[in-house]
Amino acid sequence: MYNWNWAILWSPSPDGSTPFYATLLIGLGWTLIVGLSAWIVALSVGSVVGIARTFKSGILASLASGYVEVMRSIPLIVQMFLWFYVAPDLLPDRWANEIKAWDRYNVVAAILCLGLFTSARIAEQLRAGIQSIPTGQSYAARALGMVEAQTYRIVLIPVAVRRVLPALTNEFVNIIKNSSVAFTIAVVELMASTRAMQETTFQVFEAFTASTIIYLTVNLIVVKGMTALERRLEVPGYSRPSR
Amino acid sequence: MDFDFDVLRRAWPYMLQGFWFTLKLTAIAAVGGAILGTVLAMARLSHFKVLSNVVGAYVNAVRSIPLLLVIFWFYFLVPYIAAWLTGSKTPVEISPLTSCIITFVMFEACYFCEIMRAGIQSIPPGQTAAGRALGMGYWTLMGQIVIPQAFRNMLPIMLSQTIVLFQDVSLVSVLSIKDFFGAADFVAKRDGRPHEMYLAVAVVYLISCIALSRLVRRLNKRIAIIR
Repeated sequence: MYNWNWAILWSPSPDGSTPFYATLLIGLGWTLIVGLSAWIVALSVGSVVGIARTFKSGILASLASGYVEVMRSIPLIVQMFLWFYVAPDLLPDRWANEIKAWDRYNVVAAILCLGLFTSARIAEQLRAGIQSIPTGQSYAARALGMVEAQTYRIVLIPVAVRRVLPALTNEFVNIIKNSSVAFTIAVVELMASTRAMQETTFQVFEAFTASTIIYLTVNLIVVKGMTALERRLEVPGYSRPSR
Repeated sequence: MDFDFDVLRRAWPYMLQGFWFTLKLTAIAAVGGAILGTVLAMARLSHFKVLSNVVGAYVNAVRSIPLLLVIFWFYFLVPYIAAWLTGSKTPVEISPLTSCIITFVMFEACYFCEIMRAGIQSIPPGQTAAGRALGMGYWTLMGQIVIPQAFRNMLPIMLSQTIVLFQDVSLVSVLSIKDFFGAADFVAKRDGRPHEMYLAVAVVYLISCIALSRLVRRLNKRIAIIR
């Protein structure tokens, strides 16, 4: 009762001469642009917040813990809409109007939103990683005359980063998956181009199958890449117990 | 930017309805997902290679694609499956609520499956061996010994997963379903007041999720004492 028509992937799409499979791949391109840029934002903000989360007390520690709590308590789609519809109006009118007139603001909003959303998760992973290191190590660093910044830079961070790499792989996969939410603010990434193909051709399941395969492939590449990175960074005799 | 909080006064009965929908869907999906997830976990650990491979492939596939894609998949697929099950010639029409319930139970079951699998594997094999020695069959062994302990060990993780689910439900708004966010989004676009509506939704989610995670933390402490 459902008429399969795989040839649809090679037939031209209405928006120009490109076939549908190319439409999907262009969508994938935007998924990767948004995902990778957001990943950079997430790693940089997440490292700072994660380190601040390990401070025993002080204003930075409270700010960091509030930040994480807020970021983890509001659904991604709501945050996406806040960045896209509300954030520009927090700026002076002149800038707000310029931003709203700019047709690529949705991509920037998606990157910022996804990056900060993921940064809270990375911060928590990093905090757990740092706190899993026996306190004896930071005492030893102190005893050797290191100041706090040196203790973090030379002793704690290098070990913590290696310990959280598997968790980071997971977050990397999540950021690619979550970038699909950007389609709700009209970023034409893979989810959006899949929907466009489905709505113009009514070949629902071909479109979904193709995009499922693309997502699976990207995930596989991410996981393989991160595992290779893990192996490269491994310090002999100082890794997680091997399975 | 000017704020008109009157829109919230006008919209709140509508948003309350949406919030109720979100709660309902979260509860059904959490309970249904936990039950189906446990069954899937047992299947994944079963000695029937075909069964465990098929379930493993399904669980991994669903967990590697975006939830939005899962929502669209089921939204379009369920009418065909229903037609196939009932032997009807045309796709069966399914209400949005039913479609959401099926989607989220099927989706959440994959995550609960992985949690329960870890839970089942955390039970020392000596217990299974002891059960076998007492002459218990597979189902008695699972039902009386392994699953109850696995469930209790994994309850904290399952509860935090449920808070994630509570937030994930907001994505059904892409099907024009009026969950809490969908309802607010509808009013925001109808009345042209996105600032007030989206901020209000964010604040309500923030308060509910913080309250829920405090609750989970307290519950975990109580469970820890019993254990």
